[in-house]
Amino acid sequence: MEKLMLLGDEALAQGALDAGISGAYAYPGTPSTEIMEYIQRSKQAIEQKVHRTWSSNEKTAVESAIGMSYAGKRTIVCMKHVGLNVAADPFMNSAFTGANGGLLVVVADDPSMHSSQNEQDSRFYGKFALIPVLEPSNQQECYDMVFNGLTLSEKYHVPVLLRLTTRLSHSRAGITTRQTLPPNQLHFPEDPNQFMLLPAFARKKYKNLIALQNDFLKESATSVFNKKHESEENRRLGIIACGLAYNYLMENFAGKQIPYPILKICQYPVPVEAVTELYNSCESLLILEEGMPIVEEMVKGFSWSGTKPIKGRLDGTIPRDGELNPNIVARALGLPDKVGADIPDVVAPRPPQLCIGCPHADSYLALNEALKEYGKGHVFSDIGCYTLGFMPPYQAINSCVDMGASITMAKGAADAGLYPAVAVIGDSTFAHSGMTGLLDCVYEKANVVIVILDNSTTGMTGGQAYTAAGHLEDICIGLGVEKEHIRVFVPLKKNFDEMVQIYKEEIAYDGVSVVIPRRECVQTLKKKNKMEE
Amino acid sequence: MKKDIILAGVGGQGILTIATLIGYAALKRGWNLKQAEVHGMSQRGGDVQSHLRLSDEPIWSDLIPFGKADIILSVEPMEALRYLPYLSDEGWVITNSTPFNNIAKYPEIADIHNRVKEIKNHILIDADSIAKEVKANRSMNIVMLGAATKQLGFEPDELKEAIKTIFSKKGDVIVEANLRALEAGLQLG
Repeated sequence: MEKLMLLGDEALAQGALDAGISGAYAYPGTPSTEIMEYIQRSKQAIEQKVHRTWSSNEKTAVESAIGMSYAGKRTIVCMKHVGLNVAADPFMNSAFTGANGGLLVVVADDPSMHSSQNEQDSRFYGKFALIPVLEPSNQQECYDMVFNGLTLSEKYHVPVLLRLTTRLSHSRAGITTRQTLPPNQLHFPEDPNQFMLLPAFARKKYKNLIALQNDFLKESATSVFNKKHESEENRRLGIIACGLAYNYLMENFAGKQIPYPILKICQYPVPVEAVTELYNSCESLLILEEGMPIVEEMVKGFSWSGTKPIKGRLDGTIPRDGELNPNIVARALGLPDKVGADIPDVVAPRPPQLCIGCPHADSYLALNEALKEYGKGHVFSDIGCYTLGFMPPYQAINSCVDMGASITMAKGAADAGLYPAVAVIGDSTFAHSGMTGLLDCVYEKANVVIVILDNSTTGMTGGQAYTAAGHLEDICIGLGVEKEHIRVFVPLKKNFDEMVQIYKEEIAYDGVSVVIPRRECVQTLKKKNKMEE
Repeated sequence: MKKDIILAGVGGQGILTIATLIGYAALKRGWNLKQAEVHGMSQRGGDVQSHLRLSDEPIWSDLIPFGKADIILSVEPMEALRYLPYLSDEGWVITNSTPFNNIAKYPEIADIHNRVKEIKNHILIDADSIAKEVKANRSMNIVMLGAATKQLGFEPDELKEAIKTIFSKKGDVIVEANLRALEAGLQLG
C-alpha cells in the first residue's frame, strides 16, 4: 500500500475517498477546510465522480448528506465546531432517522481558538445525540477511522461523529493507505419510513436509539482505537488519555518504560468497564483531554467515584481552558519541565491584519467617515477577514458573534431605537446566514444599512467558491429590498468621496438599504495571476 | 537521530516552502516526520510558525515541547525571538536580519539584532540582500535554508535535489534561482 505525507484533514479526506464515498458536503471553516479542498483536487474524486461542491452553510450540507445516505450511498459532511451549531437541527434528528448509506459527520474543533469565536467540544454533541464518536490521535487514525466510522454507521444504521482538533487537522505525517472500496449502489432504506420523523415514528426511533446504546458501548470496549497499556510498576496513578492528548502523554515517555497503567480512549461512548477497572486498580486517576473535561465529568459522576483523587481540568491539575501540549502534560505528571528563555520584552505583538490593498480597508475608511458625526458604536459585523476591521487603524466595528448576526443584531438595535444601525457582512457569510435576517428587516421595514462586502470569495479560509457569487443584487431584490436602495460601488481610494456620499444617503433613508462595495480579494487575484503566468 | 525545528516568520513569507524542502530530504532518508502548520486567520499578516520534527524513531507529539527545539529557523528577526521559549540550551537561532515591518510600532531593529547576538549559537544574515545579489529576489527563504543546512544535518546535495524536485513544475528559471539562493546561503552557514 502507498505511503503518503498528509495533513490530518487530508488523511481523513483520502480515507473517505478510499472508503468509497459518493459525496462530500461542507462549508469552509478553519480548521476543517482542507478536507473538502483535498477532495476537490483529487484525481480519484474526479474519476469516481464524487460530489464535492461547497454548500451554502453547514445546515444545508448536513441535510444533503442525510439525503445521500437515504439514497444508500456513503457520504461525509465536514465543518468546524461552530458550524455544527448551525447544523444542530438536522444533526440531532439524523440520530433519530439513522443512516442508510454510511453517514460520517466530521467536525474539527479549535481549542485555544486560533481561528474561532469559542472552543466548544463537539464530543458533547455526540453524547447529546447518543451516537458513537471517533477521535483520532494521529494522521493514520484520521485515515483509518473513516473506514471504521462508515462501517459502524452502516452496521447500526446511525450517523457517526468524527471529532478532529486543530493540531491534528493542520499537522502533516506519513500514512499508509488501504485497498480502495467500491461505492455503494443506489438503494432505498429497507424501512420506507426510516426517515419519517412524525411524532408516532420518532418516539419509536428514540427507543430504538436508546436500545442501541449497549451495542455502542460494546463497540467501544472492543475498539482497536481504545487501548490499555498495563503496567504493574506503579499503581499510584492511572492515566486516561483521549485523542491527541495520548500523543502528548507518550511524548513525555518517548524511548522510556511507562511506569503507569494507561487507557487510551479514541472511540466513544466512554468504555465504562475499562475505566472502572483502571479506577479500581489505581490509587488516583489523571484524565487528559484535548478540549472540555467531558470524560472527567463523567468519571466524577460514576457512583463509585469520590473516594480517590481524580485529576484533570476540573481540579486545576491542567488549565481549565485552551489546548494541551507536552509541557502541560509533563507538569501534570510531576515530570521536570524545562522551558527555554522568556520571550524578550523587545518583541512586539504582530496580530493578523487586512492585507495590503484589501478592498475591505477602503470600504471601512469611507464608512468611518460617513459615521463620524454619530460617534462610535453603530456597526455590527460578522465572521470573516473583515472582522479585522476591528484593528487599528480602522476600529470600524463593534461586534462579531456568529455567522449572519451582523444583520439581525443591527435590526434588533434599530428596533430598540439605535440610529444609525449598520451591519457589515461578507458576501459568503451573507450566502451562509444573512439572507433570512435580511428578510426579517424587509418584513418590518427596519431602519438599517446592510453593507455586503463583496470580494467574490470566502476569503478568510483561503479563497473558496460560494453559492451566491454573482447574484447578490438579484437575491436582495428577490427578498424585497427596493432597487433604488441597493447601491454598488468599487472600494478604491480614488472613489472615497463617492463611497462616503452613498453611505450617507442610505443612512439618511428610513428603511432597508443594501450597500455593496465590490472588488475582488487581493489574495485570490494574486493566485489567478500566478496561474495565468 | 532527531531534529526539532521551529520555522518562524510572517504570513506569506514562505516558511511552508522551507518545511516542504526539508521534509522531502528527510523522507528520502527514510526518516519519520511531523509538521504542524498554522492556517486560518493568523496567515493574514500575523506571526506564523511551523513545528517540524524529524527523527529516525517514532514521533509522538505534533508540537515540539518548550525547551526542546534544536533550531529556530526564522525569515524575520523579531519572529526568531518570539519562539525562544522553545529553544534548548544548545539550540541554534538562524535568522534573517531584515525586518518585515507591517505593524505600527516595530521595535528598534538594533535592539532586535543585539538580542539575537546574545544567543549562544546564532547565525544572523541579511538574506534579503543576498537573494538580490544572486538575482533570486523572491528566494530569501531559500537563502535561509542554505544558511541552516549544516545545523539541520543535511548534505547540500540532499537539499539541491529537493529544490529540483519540488520546484520542477515552475520551470528551470525558478529552479536555477533557488539553487543560487541555496548556494549563497550555504557559504554563510
